Formats: sequence, C-alpha cells, structure tokens
Amino acid sequence: MTGEPRANLPPLSLHVPEPKFRPGDQAEYSDVIVPPAGSGRRPDPAEPAAQFHELAYGLVRVLDDEGNAVGPWAPRLTPDTLRRMLRYMALVRAFDERMFRAQRQGKTSFYMKCTGEEAVAVAATMALQRDDMTFPSYRQQGILIARDWSLVDMMNQIYSNKGDRLQGKQLPIMYSTREGAFFSISGNLATQYPQAVGWAMASAAKGDTRIAATWCGEGSTAEGDFHSACTFASVYRAPVILNVVNNQWAISSFSGFAGAESTTFAARALGYGIAGLRIDGNDALAVYAATEWAAERARTNQGPTLIEHFTYRAEGHSTSDDPSQYRSANEASDWPLGDPIARLKGHLVRLGEWDEERHAAQDLELAELVKRCQKEAEANGILGHGLHQPLDTLFEGVFEEMPWHLKEQRAQMLAEEEASGRPWARK
Amino acid sequence: MNMIQAINSAMDVVMARDPDVIVMGEDVGYFGGVFRATAGLQAKYGKTRVFDTPITECGIIGVAVGMGAYGLRPVPEIQFADYIYPALDQLVSEAARLRYRSAGEFISPITVRSPFGGGIFGGQTHSQSPEGIFTHVSGIKTVIPATPYDAKGLLISAIEDNDPVLFFEPKRIYNGPFDGYWDKPAKNWSAHPAGEVPTGYYKIPLGKAAIARAGNDLTILAYGTMVHVAIATVEEAGVDAEVIDLRTLVPLDIETIEASVKKTGRCMVVHEATRTGGFGAELAALVQERCFYHLEAPVERVTGFDTPYPHSLEWAYFPGPVRIGQALKKIMKD
Repeated sequence: MTGEPRANLPPLSLHVPEPKFRPGDQAEYSDVIVPPAGSGRRPDPAEPAAQFHELAYGLVRVLDDEGNAVGPWAPRLTPDTLRRMLRYMALVRAFDERMFRAQRQGKTSFYMKCTGEEAVAVAATMALQRDDMTFPSYRQQGILIARDWSLVDMMNQIYSNKGDRLQGKQLPIMYSTREGAFFSISGNLATQYPQAVGWAMASAAKGDTRIAATWCGEGSTAEGDFHSACTFASVYRAPVILNVVNNQWAISSFSGFAGAESTTFAARALGYGIAGLRIDGNDALAVYAATEWAAERARTNQGPTLIEHFTYRAEGHSTSDDPSQYRSANEASDWPLGDPIARLKGHLVRLGEWDEERHAAQDLELAELVKRCQKEAEANGILGHGLHQPLDTLFEGVFEEMPWHLKEQRAQMLAEEEASGRPWARK
Repeated sequence: MNMIQAINSAMDVVMARDPDVIVMGEDVGYFGGVFRATAGLQAKYGKTRVFDTPITECGIIGVAVGMGAYGLRPVPEIQFADYIYPALDQLVSEAARLRYRSAGEFISPITVRSPFGGGIFGGQTHSQSPEGIFTHVSGIKTVIPATPYDAKGLLISAIEDNDPVLFFEPKRIYNGPFDGYWDKPAKNWSAHPAGEVPTGYYKIPLGKAAIARAGNDLTILAYGTMVHVAIATVEEAGVDAEVIDLRTLVPLDIETIEASVKKTGRCMVVHEATRTGGFGAELAALVQERCFYHLEAPVERVTGFDTPYPHSLEWAYFPGPVRIGQALKKIMKD
C-alpha cells in the first residue's frame, strides 16, 4: 500500500548502498584517501575524547613506501622485536595456508583465514601484556600465535580430535584458552564486545592492573552489542581497547552496509566520548603504536579507546565462501595499503636487518614447522575418522553438576548406541 | 519480612560474605531499585559493588558475563521480565553456553533477578511470565520463589551457584500472599508463617520442590503466585489436593512430582504464562511419561491464554479461582 502522492512534492527515494565494483569490473582505489606516513599527530594518552576528530577521520601510518618508519607514532622497536613480529605474521599466514588446505582435503569441516589482516592481531598482541585479557572474533588467530600458543593445540581444536581441549564441542577455529588469556570465541557476532567491557570493569573494580582488548569486524559494529559496549565503556571509563577490523567486507556485503559510506568506524567513538583512532591496519608498526598508546590510556584510568584498523580481507570469508561471486577479482592485489607482511619485511630490509634470502629461508622453515605440527595433531585424529571423544562427554559441562534429566538422556543415548551395533558404539 | 525485604537481605548477606558479589542494573544503585529490592546496598557496599547501569539490557547481561569470566559473581537486575528480551542473545548464546563451549575453562556464575508475572494491572509489558523461553535453553537454571523465606534461601543458593541462574520474582506477592481475589483486601506477609525470615545466612537447595499443601485427591503443580491461588481455591472447593511448589523449574524436582502423582492419580498444572509451548506442557509430558499407569484422568492445564497480557481484561485472563475451580470439577469427575 502506498500513500497518496502530493503533486507539489518530489517523491522520496530509498538509498541502498552498492559497492563500486562487482565481478568483472576493474577495481581501482583513487577515492581511498591515503595520507602520507608520519602525518598524524600523537596526542597525550590523557587527552579528552572530544579532541580526536582529526585522528578518527584520518589514517595513522608509520611505514612509508620506502620502508621507513616515520612520524610521531613510530614505536622505535628493536630489530629483534621487529623480526619477531615478522615471524609471527608469517607463521599466521603459513598456518592459515595449511589449515585451509586441510579443510579442502576433507580433514576438517571448516576454516577461516585472516590473510591480509595478520598485523591487526599480531602487532596488537605484542603491544599488550601477556595477561591482558583478549576477547577476539574468529579472525584473530594471530593473538594465539603471538603469544606462542601451541600450534598443535590449535590444530587439535580444528580437527576436533582426541587432543582437543574443547572436547569436540566447538566448530573449528572457535578457540578458547584461559591460560592464554584468550576468551572463548562465540559464533554470535559482537557478543564479546560488552563482555570485554565487563571484564575490564571487573578488573578496575578490583584494583587490578590488567586491561582487556576486544576485536570485531566492521560488519559487526551494526549489532546492538557494539552500541551497548561503547556506552558501558564510556560511562564507566573501562580499561578496554575496542578494535574494529574494517576489512571492507562482511561476507558478501561491503562496508557501506555497516555505515561506511557516511562516516568512519573510528568516528563512531567520538559520539560515545571515547578516543577514536583510525589507523593503517596493514602497517604493523601503526597497529603496535596505537595499541601501546591505548593500553597506556587504559592503564592510567583515562578510559577506553576505539581503534579502527583500515585493512582488506584478502581472501574469502571462510572455506564456505566464494568471493568471486560478489566482488572484483583484482581488489585484494591492488589494495592501496599493500600487504602487511611485505611492508614489515621491507622495513627490516631497509634497516639492513633482514634480506630476501633470510625471508625465503624463514618461510620455508615456518612451512616445515606447521607441517610437523600438523602431523603431530593428525596423530590425534581428524574430523570424520571415528569418534575421538567418549560419547558421553556430549553431556558434560552443560552445568557444573549433571542434573537428572541429562543423566537420563545420557543413559538413554548410551543404551541406544549399544543396541544399534553401529561402529560408534563405545569401545 | 516481605519478599522484597527477604530478597534484599539475601543480597546483603551474600555481599557481606563474598567480596566478589556485585549488584548492577537500572535504578538499583543510589535509588535502591524501583521495587526497593536493592535499597541500602550501595550505601553499605559502595559504588563499585552496587551500581546503576545505562538502559541497555543486552549490555547489562553482556557486561555481567564478562565480569563472571573475570571471576566476579554478578547479580544483574532486569527491571521487568518483560524487558529481558533485548538480553536474550547474551543469555541464550553466551551465559548458558559458556561453560559448555569452553569445556569448563570459562564459566558464567551470574544470577539474573527479574520481577515477573501479572495480577497488578501491569498490562502487556509489566505482567509477562517468560520462564518457558528459558527452561527451553540448555545451561540455564530457572528459579521462582513463592514465599519470602524461600526467596531468600533460594537467592543465596542462586548467587553461590556456579551456573547462570534466572531468578524470577513474582511481583504480585512481593508484599503479601495472593489468593486470586483481586477485589478483596490485600494481605501482607506478616500473617503468613513463611514471612518469618531469619536475618542471617541460610540456603534452600536449587532443584528441590516443596509440598506447599499435603493432600491425597489430586496433585497440583504450581510456582510463584499460583501456589497461593491454587491452595486458596482447593480449600474453598473442599478438594484434598496436594499442591507442589516447584521452586526450581530447571533442574526440576521430578522425584517429588512423581511420588505425589502416583499417590493421587490426578495432576493439574497451573501457571500464569501462556499455554502453547509453556512450561506446563513439559510438566504434563513428564507426568504422562512417568505416571501413565497411575493416572485416572488426563493431565489438566490451567494457564494464561495464548494472547498478549491484557490490561482491563486482566481478571478474565488470570488463571484465578474461577478458572481453577472449574478445572478442579472437571478433573475430579473424570
């Protein structure tokens, strides 16, 4: 049903965002404003949120095109630290390659890569303390790797095998480790955002010194939980770092559907009274510097920071996705902020602390390392090759103590299994 | 004590014993809650343990889950159960599943308090009984007290429990028991034995029902306000019914239910919530499965109708003495 149009008024029209390029188009990025590295100011970590307009709409960059680290945000890391950062990022990529292939080989049901976004998790984690609590989304495997978490343990989870600490209960890559200060990943988007704020509030209420950091994609900022988290973070000045990984795509919908046509994601912080930084997410040093700055702000009770990491999801959303169905083929290769690993490598080479030979050797070594770990993990079983967990673990952990109705259902299941004569019957 | 004082006392007692217990919610801090359930707590325990929150239910529960993961024992309040829906995702997808999905690495020891139920001319959004939505969710416990004594003992148990608990408080009986006659003068708890509440620490275990009225002719399963309405109605009708106050819906005290129905041979379920998919359906199914050969009549359900909760027609909707009385006649005749 429509209203009666009034002759003297123009008809309204509905704007539905549309990405500039679709399959078959040649993507080009002349409209993406990339300010020169070193151009953004670095405020005092105590500066009031209202003064962050320029930083929330700008783009903090440290590494220039020649591989120099320039400007007030340059974190002045030692060559050893830079090499460690590079190694972690390369390891994340090697891990992703291998696990993606494992899924294609039918060894597991599902995988998600973070190609092109390795700096976002790795460099941020290196700027945090080991016991600062992280509330990641599903694309920050770099946190675990930068915390030297066991690759075999991660793979066990991916394979849901007998070494899986999560007892095969979770979809692959939904890691969880309390010891690694890495919160249990949920499939429900943005739910970790208010949880991170709550964790940070608890830390502050107890007079602790630890802070929390959380990550979500730009698509997830549209969830109500994003809003409630920002409100709580601001109201209670929670010691939390709110990371928005703007990789331009939420599965098939471009960032315009999360509001990017009209504003930046960092700018959303300003309305909440939160310091907002928009940074080059493919510049590991910018990620490190921004996180270090936000951590200092949080640790000195100056409150939360929202960091938008401007980056690009170089591959499909997941193993279940085919990006060639909705976006232009050359988008990733032509992305103006380049590749985070190549850029950090270029910086180290420029410093005379790295070279092509060492890089190639490291890539080889990491590929071997991942392969070795994969073998070790696969010795614990892969998904689909029989049952790796005792059947009745299915009922464990719903509650602290198993109530009667679950005990009854467990007994019933075991009896049915026994009677069926199926190969999965308990050994 | 009335039920509000008992609930207040429970939080007071637990907060004094455990510095990790914190209370949060809309208007719960300085003001002490719209029903006064948290009155005095902020003054006693300080603003970092009892505080007001922004008006965002998903935020309140989400933040509480994070605090629980840190190691605190949050007691968030949702002002009316009718307003718990914005927090549904955090409750169902997060709090309820955290232990399971992390294989016990992280837990969610939160207790969500929320006034619920009708009988107060609350209309559509101050009267609902959404317990059936939560009893359907694995990993959440659901508790509903019917007296001040139980409210305090159950709430202390809930707060000390390491699983997430929904604690629904029947606001119709905050100040006194209710027999279903809205047009008669209100009673208060001082005349009721369960209004006698110790000031100190005591617990009532979760998962244990209470026999609110012993009897032989019929078993009535009820909770919250309906326990009192059911007792008043059977006494008026002269039916020797056994009224079981379930107290905890999940985990349910099946043994008490089973023993009673096997003894009486008849079972009636009474709840305010809408009928279809309500918790009464689960109760009826369980009784049918377990007591089939003892049943002398079909299990009867007296519930709210499958409509939104009305304002002016409240007493036509409410499963009060008239509706329960008719059902009694029917089930005793069968």
